[in-house]
This record gives sequence, C-alpha cells and structure tokens, in this order.
Amino acid sequence: MAIRTRMSGNEAIAEAIRQIDPDVMPAFPITPSTEIPQFVSTMIANGVIDTEFIPVESEHSAMSAAIGASAAGARTLTATSSAGLAFMWEVVYVAASSRLPIVMALVNRGLTGPLNINAEHSDSMGARDSGWIQIYAENNQEAYDNMLQAYRIAEHADVHLPVMICQDGFITSHAVENISLLEDEPVRRFVGEYHPEHYLLKQGEPMAVGPYAVSNYCMEAKKAQAEAMIRAKKVILEVAGEFEKLSGRSYGYYEAYRLEDAEYAVVAIGSVCGTAKDAIDQLREQGVKAGLLKIRVFRPFPGEEFAEALRGCRAVAIMDRCESYSAQGGPLGAELTAAMYRAKVQAETVNIVYGLSGRDVTVGDIRQVFADLQSLAAGEKTFEQYPYIGLRE
Amino acid sequence: MALKAAEINENTRWQDLTEGLKIFEPATSRLFNTGEWRTQTPVVDWEKCRQCLLCVPYCPDSSIPVADGKRAEFDLMHCKGCGICVKACPFGAITMKEGK
Repeated sequence: MAIRTRMSGNEAIAEAIRQIDPDVMPAFPITPSTEIPQFVSTMIANGVIDTEFIPVESEHSAMSAAIGASAAGARTLTATSSAGLAFMWEVVYVAASSRLPIVMALVNRGLTGPLNINAEHSDSMGARDSGWIQIYAENNQEAYDNMLQAYRIAEHADVHLPVMICQDGFITSHAVENISLLEDEPVRRFVGEYHPEHYLLKQGEPMAVGPYAVSNYCMEAKKAQAEAMIRAKKVILEVAGEFEKLSGRSYGYYEAYRLEDAEYAVVAIGSVCGTAKDAIDQLREQGVKAGLLKIRVFRPFPGEEFAEALRGCRAVAIMDRCESYSAQGGPLGAELTAAMYRAKVQAETVNIVYGLSGRDVTVGDIRQVFADLQSLAAGEKTFEQYPYIGLRE
Repeated sequence: MALKAAEINENTRWQDLTEGLKIFEPATSRLFNTGEWRTQTPVVDWEKCRQCLLCVPYCPDSSIPVADGKRAEFDLMHCKGCGICVKACPFGAITMKEGK
C-alpha cells in the first residue's frame, strides 16, 4: 500500500535514505542540502538506520571519504549543494574514473558569485562533464523516486558509475508537498543488497584503486568509462521499468507533457516544469498547441530521443537555469540544438536563460515564452540569441 | 575479459583493461620497468665494497638485492639512478656513470 503524506524534497530524500539504509555517509552541511545529513544523523542517533555517518571538515574530504568507503565495498552516499560540489571538484572526477557507484543527493543552488544561496543549476551543470550520471526532479515525489532508483543504476554491472540525484534548492528541497511513499519492504527488495565483485576489504584479493596511468593506458581507460555512460542509457530505462511495476509511476529520459501534437514546445529541467505545465494547460484551452519536454536524464544525454520528441514542433524554447558565459547560451541549449541538428529536426529554436539565483518564474513568464515562439514560427519576430527572461532591462 | 597485470602491455585494447584501471593482484610494481626513467646509472667497485650493506636501506626503490648477507648487482629494472647509494657508501665504492 502506498503511504500518502506530505514532505519537503529534503525530507523525501532522507526518507529514501532511511529505506535504503546505505552503509556509509560522509557529508558536510551546506544550504540548502544541510537538512539531508541532519535528518540522516538524527535517524542514526535514534537507531533507525545503522549507516556510518562521517562528519568531515570539508566537502573535498566528504567526497574523498566517499571514494574510500565505496572502494572498500560500502554502499556510499553523500549530499551537497553549490560551492560544496565545487569544493569536491577534483575528487568528483576520481569517483567516476575509479568507477565507484556512489550516490550524491544534490540540491541545486547557484555557484558563487555574487554570493547567493538560491535555486540554479550552475553547480551540477558545471559538473556535467565529470563522468557522473545526472537525474533531475521536478518535485519532491520525483526526488524520492529517483533516489530509490539511483543505486540500481550506479551498481549495475554494465555501468559502475556514480549518480547525482538533483532537485531545485528551496523550491523543491524546502517546499512541503503531497507525496506517495512506498513501504519499506518492497523498497528493500527493489534496491537489493550490495555485493560488489571487487573491493578493498575483500579477503584474499589484494587490490589497488586509482593507479597512475601513463599516456599509453589512460586514453583506453577513458574510452571504457565513456562506454559505461553510453550503456547507462539502457540500464536507466530498465530500472525505471521495474520501478513502475513497484510504484505505478512511469519514468524515462524525459516527460512529454501535451507534446505529441505540440507546435510550440518548452524544454526545461526541474521545478519550472510545474509552472510550464500550468501555462500549457491555459494555452491549450485557448487552442494553442503548446507542450513541454521535461528533461529527467541529462547525463548520459539522450540527444536522439530528445530531438525525436521535438520533431513535430515549429518552434522550441530551450530553457537554461544556468549561465555558462560561453557567449552562446546555456549548456542545455548547446547540447540540445546540437542533437537536433544531427537528427535533422529543424524547428526554430531559442535558448532562454531564466531563474538565475532563485529568480521567480511565473505562469505569465512561460505564457510569454509561448507567445514569442508563435511569433518566431510565424516569421513575425526574430531573437537575438540568447535572451534572459524575468530580467530588469 | 580483463587481463592480469603481467599480460597487459601497450598493445592491449581498451576492452581488456580493468574498470578504472583497478588492480586485483599484489606486487605488480615488480612488473613496471621504472629503470627506464634513469639518466645516470650506479656502478659498484667490488674491490672497494666491504659488504657493510649500508647502501641497502638507503635505496628508496629497494633496488639493491641482498642474498646470504651480501649485496648483489643493482636491480636496474627498478633503479631510477637517484645516486643516494653513492652518498651512503662510506668507502666510495659506488660511482654514477652517464646514461642507462
């Protein structure tokens, strides 16, 4: 039986952690993810779970300890945000290149500066080439569901890569919403026990992790890692399929909301998608064929599938909650337009930057985006790439 | 199928290396020819050597093998030519020559 309750996104992640009961969690507090290690510590103190919590002196140490624990054979977890992830930087790559199935509960917040603590994707987008799988949530329900699927993907023999489970800071992490939880036993059966083939504490098998690789070997190792990311695509769908049987909730690389016959589409990641759905419902009542492509999986980047989902559209707004200072737009804009070009999907596109540093995005903002897309498709308007919305100018 | 360390060489395909280049066997450093990094090579003058064995613990690469209480020739597969043994020898029995 599903358990209907209400929770914030951070509570939902902590509830998933309680049900998974991982072996080791090194973590350091940082707004807005602080509550996750706090809730886990409380559960440990109350004897609810027997996870070993390692209070570390920095995020660099948190990720280093996570690497050590995972290499030793422990199912390992950490949580962070923003500058915390940035401080892990060096070792974030090592977790992936050492092929360790660590899970990170990431609460998206902008990188400094200017100093700000609110929702933005610049932290995880900065780490998009670190070799971690990245899965994003629109709301607390998805954060919980993605968290439950994370270890099944990370630990799969075809993958062995770390996974970031991302949700928007405050908007999702702190807002309390209704949620449907699964019971403990079905979750434990679904997640399963972790039995790695090789690990540092394995008796009778001396092992070395992270050896120096000279030029004659390093490129081969990177190719093998890249292939694992490609194989992760299939595994993500298999795990989602099994999760659907358990929960009744369906997940894929993306959610297509009223997209099938859409002429105008917004592509976005995270909590703004709820706002976009409201805008689309209003526009549909007025006869505008508006739709949404909500990105769930950003790494690996299922570019062919995203492009195919947009094939029927006349104009597409690709929305980045992240400024990459490339003078070209944001990372989703760059990668998706490249994928559309390869797939010969020839909709007009505009790459929009929105919601930086927690700037609100309203239904009216998204309706304006659709109005602009209609003008663009009709040839009445052109866009200087790449516009900001919600900006005073 | 991942190969054993001794079977890996510069012709090995990416498919045959271990994940993350992890190593699942002990003492594989013996297989690594670090001696090729050497630009100078130590030479023992056996006339001067008194077999005091002081050079042995000083060698940072364990490249001075000892058998039956006597040191033998340098293990040049692992000697990097640092010259510490030259300084350690109280009898001036070790000198460095240019090259490998």
